[in-house]
Amino acid sequence: MLGRSQVTFYESQPAQASGLLAWLHIDLPLLTGLILLSGVGLTVLYSAGDQELALLQKQLFRLGFGFAAMFALAQIHPTNIRRWSPVLYVIGILMLISVIIFGEEGKGAQRWLDLGFIRFQPSEMFKLTLPMLIAWYLAEHRLPPNPSRLVMAGLFTLLPVLLIAKQPDLGTALLVATAGAFALFLAGISWRVISAIGMLLAALGPVAWYFMHEYQRQRVLTFLNPESDPLGTGYHIIQSKIAIGSGGISGKGWLNGTQSHLEFLPERHTDFIFAVISEEFGLVGVLALLSLYLFIIMRGLYIATQAQDTFGRILAGSLSLVFFVYLFVNAGMVTGLLPVVGVPLPLISYGGTSLVTILASFGMLMSIHTHKKLLPT
Amino acid sequence: MPQSSIKDYLHESQLFLGRAIVSGTLVLMILAILVGRLFYLQVESHDHYTTLSQDNRVKLEPLPPTRGLIYDRNGTILAQNLPAYSLEITPEKTENLDHTIQALSEIIAIDEDDISRFHELRKQRRRFDSIPIRVRLKDEEVARIAVNRHRFSGVDVKASLLRDYPQGLQTAHLLGYVGRINEQELQIIDTSNYRGTNFIGKNGVEKSYEGMLHGQVGLQQVEVNAKGRVLRVLKSQSPRPGDNLHLFLDMELQSTALEALGDYNGAVAAIDVETGGVLTLVSKPGYDPNLFVEGISAKAYHELESSLDNPLFNRAIRGQYPPGSTVKPFIGLAGLEYNVVGYRQENYCPGYYQLPGKDHKYRDWKKWGHGKVDLERAIVESCDVYYYELARTLGIDRLYEFLSGFGFGEPTKVDLDGELSGLMPNREWKQQRRREPWYPGETLIVGIGQGYFLATPLQLASATATLANKGHHIRPRVVHTIEHPDGTEVKSPKIIDELHQLDPVHWEQVIHAMSQVVEGLRGTARSIYTDAYRIAGKTGTAQVFSVKQDEEYDEETVAKRKRDHALFIAFAPVEAPRIAIAVVVENGGHGGSVAAPIARKVMDRYLLGEHDAG
Repeated sequence: MLGRSQVTFYESQPAQASGLLAWLHIDLPLLTGLILLSGVGLTVLYSAGDQELALLQKQLFRLGFGFAAMFALAQIHPTNIRRWSPVLYVIGILMLISVIIFGEEGKGAQRWLDLGFIRFQPSEMFKLTLPMLIAWYLAEHRLPPNPSRLVMAGLFTLLPVLLIAKQPDLGTALLVATAGAFALFLAGISWRVISAIGMLLAALGPVAWYFMHEYQRQRVLTFLNPESDPLGTGYHIIQSKIAIGSGGISGKGWLNGTQSHLEFLPERHTDFIFAVISEEFGLVGVLALLSLYLFIIMRGLYIATQAQDTFGRILAGSLSLVFFVYLFVNAGMVTGLLPVVGVPLPLISYGGTSLVTILASFGMLMSIHTHKKLLPT
Repeated sequence: MPQSSIKDYLHESQLFLGRAIVSGTLVLMILAILVGRLFYLQVESHDHYTTLSQDNRVKLEPLPPTRGLIYDRNGTILAQNLPAYSLEITPEKTENLDHTIQALSEIIAIDEDDISRFHELRKQRRRFDSIPIRVRLKDEEVARIAVNRHRFSGVDVKASLLRDYPQGLQTAHLLGYVGRINEQELQIIDTSNYRGTNFIGKNGVEKSYEGMLHGQVGLQQVEVNAKGRVLRVLKSQSPRPGDNLHLFLDMELQSTALEALGDYNGAVAAIDVETGGVLTLVSKPGYDPNLFVEGISAKAYHELESSLDNPLFNRAIRGQYPPGSTVKPFIGLAGLEYNVVGYRQENYCPGYYQLPGKDHKYRDWKKWGHGKVDLERAIVESCDVYYYELARTLGIDRLYEFLSGFGFGEPTKVDLDGELSGLMPNREWKQQRRREPWYPGETLIVGIGQGYFLATPLQLASATATLANKGHHIRPRVVHTIEHPDGTEVKSPKIIDELHQLDPVHWEQVIHAMSQVVEGLRGTARSIYTDAYRIAGKTGTAQVFSVKQDEEYDEETVAKRKRDHALFIAFAPVEAPRIAIAVVVENGGHGGSVAAPIARKVMDRYLLGEHDAG
């Protein structure tokens, strides 16, 4: 019943929407949320980056590039996105293999592929191409998928995840894995299968431990007891908690965070920028920020429910949830709820690749939402 | 699979809607957990984390006080603090310590000694303390490091005040030196007052007056960043600088004495008769105390320590020498006072002395004897035989009692650390230490200041001053005035012990005899006679090794280090004594020809202001 009424509502909506935005294939609520978030990001970055304008300029340039990519993707019709999904997936897999063979080492792990004109992390694009491929694959047939297709979809997910984990980049591998998992979840696989997979993963934990690199194990141990090594790996978490806790309800004020400005907080303009916000703007500021994220996520989920076909629904839904996972993994890590995994705070942390990926994913959401056709009869 | 129908479509979209609602709910639940966590951190534990954040940010830094200065009686600076640059390394902050040192040594001169000293210091330091590898950098070296600074982590050039002794080895033994605080000292000092202080007095005045020279530490609350760099001062309490010390020492006299010793090793102690102030305290050879300030290299230290001349040894207060004939005026005084001899009462000296019923011959320095000698002649010509007899008559108990009154065998309690007491033997001492009774022959030897009898040069000078003061024993002291930072001054106390209420005639007689040592035709120190003022003195010779019975003693054939020590004590002017002096010249031979002229030069300098008289 609910579905039907929404469908009717949609038939008339495009005609009534603001002409220019419709023509540009822009979703105004999403755009507003994203711009607000980017603005907050730049403001905090100014403080976290020690008021260095060059840093801000670079980030502004990246944002510009990201928003341009978003607009560009919004213009592409979902049918075309769907058509290109398998191609992009295969190209991505080939790139991951070449990273392992030719990749440049950055911070002890092979993640970058130097294409001459641009240095680029192929693992990052799987946060987009994997949901795209799963959505493409599952939308071919009716849902929920039958067991053999489910296994195939699982294998499609596992392949890039393992390649990325081998680089090794545990954070991205986890995010890509969740992207695939979300796509499968949204496709409606049964709860029995979900709980079976859950149990399997729990059983695989010790196995994963065995295959982990030393620094990854260290991170997990530190997460379990950060005070055990206050000068080494636990230092990040301890200082981050001090920053957040000392911020209190109203915060120390913009540019006044002692933990950040006196350099006690490491990685303060990248992965730990959430602690800077918490220190300077307090609980009030963080709640406002979380509300903004929640608005964007909910808008994304709403767009997913309103999508016209399975491909659009699954893709829009998984991309929104991946965005949420970014937020939660980062905030969870900074607040000490999760182990330290190198995941940026979406749209706020200083850094290029993830920012462009995220904005590109919202471009696809906008495309899904604004390219409507009449329902097939 | 059938084609998508409207029914499938509705089913699928309903299925998806359900999953979307589940997802949305999960998102909300997880965010709620996050908010709960934030509430816990920012509200519940806010106070705890605020404290931690403050602890991070605010550090209490000690402000070390400036060490007090030391001046001589004329205001000549003896110890000061000079700004100096040192190159310091924090080993924990370097990537590779050995590489860092290697690379630094290509920029400035760092030798093996510097490196070994660095490693020595390193053992004693706490983690994350910076340790100097080179001190007293030249401006050029500082500049060269600055240019290459970016290449190193954990390397700093630090400016600090370094103790400096401009008079170098001339005052080394008297002042001592400061050095880095070591483990044992850490146990005894008030560590809260020494926060920020690296140095402590190790010797001499620097050690004895450590409490005053050091001052009181100040504190400042500073905001620091994660690298420990101080960003601003929040609160501060200034340190109280150490007290300045003004000594009785006369630097020119000190130089004169040192110079007068020439090539000899030895000691000169001169005391202001009226105040007990130490005018000169020389121990030769000396050493450069500045080497010790930032830690001497093991090699240089070994050289000093193993030298046969023993330069680190403070002969003036730790050198215990047989006083030899210099004790004769004191024993003569005892003879008069106990009424066992008269001043003009004569004894016959055949050149040797034998105890009744014994074969052993106690020899006089003059082989053929002095003939008939009274007390005056015995002092003037230093007749040993006279004193063998006198000592025997007095007996060891009375000798001990009387000479102890002049401070023999006891520390002078001068305000210097490490003074030795010499040795005034008696029956009890012999029984305790040697498990033997006292033999009469030993009394004879004490009578000429030999045998077990030992005295330090300062003890001799102090006893001479007491003699010059006719019994007023004024405790010798080095520090004249303690000057507090606020400008107020405290004079060191003059402590007088009235030990000898003797017959004034006896004082006059002995002092007269002593003046004849210099003025008399047969006086052993007649070579230092001067018209300018009158000197009362007594020569002495201390045997370093004993000559066997009936053996010829030939100075030439005795190796230099086995030659006798030459001694001389004196005070002047005789009528109103101002200076009392004791000179010990190691292996100098005869007191009259070697030690007395040294005393004369010092007294000339003090009484006439001349550098080299006569």
